Amino acid sequence: MKRRTRSILTGTLAIIASVIVFLVPFTFILMTASKTRQESAALQFSWPEQFALFENIVEVIQTRDFMLITAFINSTVLTVASVTLMVLFSAMVGWVLQRRQSRWNPAINLMVLAGLIIPPAVVPTIWVLQGLELFGTLPGLILIEVTFGLSFSVLMFRAFIAAIPRELDEAATIDGAGPIRLFFQVAFPLLRSVIVTVIVVQAVFVFNDFQNPLYFLPGDENATVQLTLYNFQSQFDTQWNLLFTNILLITIPPLVMYIFFQRQIVAGMTSGAVKG
Amino acid sequence: MNAFKKRSKLMAALVTGAAISLTIAGCSTGGATTDGKVELSLLVDNTDANIATVEALAEAFTAQNPDIEIDVQTRPGGEEGDNLIKTRLATGEMTDLFWYNSGSLMQALNPDQTLLNIADEPFMDTVTSTFIDGVSTPNGVYAVPAGTGMGGGILYNEAIYAELGLEVPVTWDEFMDNNEAISNAGYDAVIQTYTDAWTSQLFVLGDFYNVLAEEPNWADDYTANKVNYADDDVAIRGFERLQEVYEAGYLNEDFASSTLDDGLRMLAQGEGAHYPMLSFAVSTIVELYPDQADDIGFFAQPGDGPSNGLTTWLANGIYAPADTEHPDEVKSFMAFIATVEACDVQSDAVGATGPYFIEGCVLPDDVPNATADLLPYFETEGGTAAALEFLSPVKGPSLPQITVEVGSGIRSAAEGASLYDQDVTKQAQQLGLEGW
Amino acid sequence: MAITTERRLARQSKRPGRLPEKPRKSRQKSQYPMWFYIPAAVLFFTLFVVPTIASFYFSLTRWSLFDIEFIGFDNFAQFFREPMLIQGFVNTFIFGFITSGLKVVFGLLLAVLLSSQIMGRTFLRSVVFFPVLVSVVGVGITFRVLMDPFDGLINTALAGIGVDGPGWLTDPSYALLSVAFVEVWRGVGLATLIFIAGIVAIPDEYFEAATTDGASPFQNFWHITLPLVRPAMVTVVILSLIGGLRSFDLIWAMTRGGPGFTSDVIASVIFKQYQAGFYGLSSAGNVVLFVVVTAIIVPIFWFLNRKEADQ
Repeated sequence: MKRRTRSILTGTLAIIASVIVFLVPFTFILMTASKTRQESAALQFSWPEQFALFENIVEVIQTRDFMLITAFINSTVLTVASVTLMVLFSAMVGWVLQRRQSRWNPAINLMVLAGLIIPPAVVPTIWVLQGLELFGTLPGLILIEVTFGLSFSVLMFRAFIAAIPRELDEAATIDGAGPIRLFFQVAFPLLRSVIVTVIVVQAVFVFNDFQNPLYFLPGDENATVQLTLYNFQSQFDTQWNLLFTNILLITIPPLVMYIFFQRQIVAGMTSGAVKG
Repeated sequence: MNAFKKRSKLMAALVTGAAISLTIAGCSTGGATTDGKVELSLLVDNTDANIATVEALAEAFTAQNPDIEIDVQTRPGGEEGDNLIKTRLATGEMTDLFWYNSGSLMQALNPDQTLLNIADEPFMDTVTSTFIDGVSTPNGVYAVPAGTGMGGGILYNEAIYAELGLEVPVTWDEFMDNNEAISNAGYDAVIQTYTDAWTSQLFVLGDFYNVLAEEPNWADDYTANKVNYADDDVAIRGFERLQEVYEAGYLNEDFASSTLDDGLRMLAQGEGAHYPMLSFAVSTIVELYPDQADDIGFFAQPGDGPSNGLTTWLANGIYAPADTEHPDEVKSFMAFIATVEACDVQSDAVGATGPYFIEGCVLPDDVPNATADLLPYFETEGGTAAALEFLSPVKGPSLPQITVEVGSGIRSAAEGASLYDQDVTKQAQQLGLEGW
Repeated sequence: MAITTERRLARQSKRPGRLPEKPRKSRQKSQYPMWFYIPAAVLFFTLFVVPTIASFYFSLTRWSLFDIEFIGFDNFAQFFREPMLIQGFVNTFIFGFITSGLKVVFGLLLAVLLSSQIMGRTFLRSVVFFPVLVSVVGVGITFRVLMDPFDGLINTALAGIGVDGPGWLTDPSYALLSVAFVEVWRGVGLATLIFIAGIVAIPDEYFEAATTDGASPFQNFWHITLPLVRPAMVTVVILSLIGGLRSFDLIWAMTRGGPGFTSDVIASVIFKQYQAGFYGLSSAGNVVLFVVVTAIIVPIFWFLNRKEADQ
C-alpha cells in the first residue's frame, strides 16, 4: 500500500514536471499552427485570437499540388526499406563482432567510429551513385541511408549482444543449429528490445532527414516530409502559421509509431526469456 | 518456437515491403518527353513571390506553346540553395531551366563551362545592357531577367515624419539629426534585426553608391586587390555608420533578438521610423499590413556628399545548363520572358517592387508607395549605381556576422572592416583570383 | 555485501569469460561466419569509404566543384588561420562535454523512473521522446521565442519571481550554454530510450533476490542497475559525445553561431566554409575535426570496452 502511494506521488510529480519542461514548447507549436499568418508573424506565446488551425491544415496539404501527401508516401517507403536493411545488416555485423575475436576487430571498431565521426562527403558520393546509375532514384537514397545508419546500429547491437549468454549459442550448436539458424532463431528473438530500439531511433533519423534527400534525390515528385518545410520557410518570407502546422502534421505519424513500438520494448522485458 | 514464427513473418513482411518499394522507385523516374510534348523542368527558390512569378510565366508560355510544358520545382534559398545549384551543375543533374541570382553568385557557377550561352540569340536585343553586364563573362551571356530590380536603402515611416515635420535626408548628418528628433519623440529611430543576420549588412552594402560617387574605380581596384575597407576612408564609412547609430542609442532595444518579420511590423505599426532594407520587403508589408502600406516610404542611404543616389540590385536571371537536352525549347521560353508581355504577366501575378530590365516594359500605375519612391532615382541620370556584388566577384562570406558584431558594439568599425578584409582575402584566394 | 557477491556469481555463470585469443584452429566452420560482415561492408566501402578518401584528397586542393587545383597543405594553413578557430575549439569542447554529461545523467534518471511501475508511464515515455521527433527547425524557432529576452515565456516567468532574466541567445556569454540546454532537452529522449532498453535487459531475478534481502531502491540502483546497464551507458556516452563534438544543426537553427561568432563551434565554422563554396577548405576542416574527435573518442572507447571485458 505504501509502495502504491509512493508510485502515485512520484507519478504526479513527474507528470507535472514533464508538462512544464516538455509540453510548453509543444503548446507553442500548436498555438502558432492555429494562428493567422499576420498574427503568427509576431511569434508570441499567446492564445490565437482567431482559431485557424483547420484552414491552415487544408492549406498545408494542398500546397504545391498536395506535395505533403507525396512526401508522406516517399518518406514511409524510404523509412521502412532503409530501416529494415539497416537492422538486418548491422545486427549481423554486431553479432559476429561481439562473438568472434579476430584480428579484424580493432579495424572494424575503428570503421564503426569513423562512420560516426566523419561527415559524409556529398559530391564524391554523388559521383559514386552516378557510376552505379543509382543517382536520383529511391533505391539509391535507401542505400545511402542504410550506409550512414550502419555505425550507430552496429554500436547498439554490439553493446547489447554482450548481454546474451553464450550458453544459449552452445546449446543451440549442440542441437545442430548452423550459423544462420543460430542467428535468426536464437539470437534475433532475444534481441527484441534492442531491435525495437534501433528501429525507433533509426526510423526517426531517416524520417527526419532532409540533407540526404535534398542532395541525393532531387525533384518535387521525390520530396520527403522534411523538405516540405521549405515550402513555408524561405530566406525572405516565412509563413510561420503554415510552417508550424506542417511541423505538427509531420511529427504526429512518428509519434504514433513510437507509442506503438515503445510497448514492444517493455514487452521485451517479459518475453525476452533470458531466464535461467 | 512461437516467437520465431512471429519473427520470421515480420521479417518476411518487411523484406517484401523493401522489395516492392524498390520496384516502384525503379518505374518512377519519368522521362521528359511524352507523345510529342516536351516537358521542361524549372528550379526556383522557395520565396513565394518567385514561385508565383515563374508559375504565371509558365502558364502564359504554355498557353502560347501547347507542346511545351513547364514543371516548376522548388529549392531552398540562401547558401543552402547556392550549394544545391553548384552541386547539381557540377554533377550534370541540373533541371532544364533554373532561377538564380545575377552578379557574383552567378560568376561562382563557372558559367563558361556549365551554362548555356545565349549571347547571340535575337531575343537578347530587348534585354537592357545593365542586366546583361550582370550575367555575362568575357565569353558569353547566360540569362534573361526574371522579376524586377530592387534598391537597398532606408524604408521609413512617413506618418512619423509628418508628425515630427521631418524631411527626407540626403546627407548623413541630416539623417542623424532626424534620428535625434525621432528618438526624442519616443520612437525607435533605427530598426535593426540581428537574428536574421543578413539584415545587418544594409548600412554597408547600401552605402556603395556613396563610395562610387567619390571613387569611381573602386570596384575594379577592389577586384585587383588595390583597395580594401579598413584602409579606405570612404569605404569604411559603411561600417562606421553602423557603429554610430548603435553608439548613439538609436536602435530598438530588442535589436539582437528581432527578425525581419519583427522589423517590418515595427516599421508598419509606427514603433520605429527607419529600417535599412532591400526594397523587395515592401511586398511583405503590403501583404501583412495592407492598411499601413501607404505610410511606408523609401529613400536611398544618405552619404557624406551634397547629393546621394541609390544602390541597386539587379533582377534575378533564368539560366539553363550547357548540357540541357532541349536547347531549342529552353530558348523559346527565354525568348518569351524577354517580352513586354511577360513583364505584364509578372506584374499581374505578384505586383512590381522595382523596375524591369526589358526594354518597353512599364510598371503598373498602382505600385506601392515605397516602390514609387524608388523610381525617381532610376529616372535620374547617374541616380543609381549597381551594388558591389554586381561589379566584382569578391565578396566575403562572413559579412553578416561581422556587421552584427559592429552593430551591437561587440567590435569596432575599424576592427570589423579589417576582419572583413581578411575574410575577403580568403574568398579571393579560394576563387583563385589574380593578385591575391 | 550479499547482493554484490550474488551478482558476481550470477554473472560468472552466465559469461564463461572471453574466448581464447586464438580461436580453435580446427577446420570446423565457425558459428560466427565472417561473411556476415559482407553486406554491410560492401555498402560501407562503396558509399562511405570511397567518397571519404576522395574528400580527403580534395582537402589538398582548391576546389570549386568545377575546377580542381592541387595546392598541398595550403588549406590546412588557411584553416588554422581562421580568426575564430580557438574560440571554436573551446566552444566545441564545452558544448560536447556539457551536453553528453547531462544527457547521460538525466537520461539514466529518467530511464530508471520510466521503467519503474509509476503512474502514467506510457504517457511520460511519449512526452520525453517527443522532442526527438520534432524537426530541428521547429525546436530552434520554438526556443528562440521562449528565450526571447523581452517577452519570452522564460523571462516573463522569471520576472514573476523577481529575477531579471538575461538575453539567453543574444548575450554572448549565455548563447552557447542556452543552446546546449536545448540540445539536452532535445536529445535526452534518445538517451532515455537506450537506457530503458538496457534496464529492461536486466533479469528480474536480481531485483527480486535483492529486495528479498532487504535492499533499498537506492541500493538496487547502485548495485544492480548501474553496473548492469553498462553496455547502454557506453553506447550513450560514445554517441552523445561524438554528437556533441561534431553536430551543429541546433546551433545553426538557433543562433547561426551568433551573435557574431560567439557561439561558433568547429563544425559550424567548417559548415560556413562549405556554404561559402570553399569546398577544399571545408574538407580540410573536416579532416582536422576528424583527427580531433578521434583523438578524444578512441581512448574513451578503448577504456570503456576494456573495463567491460575485464569484469
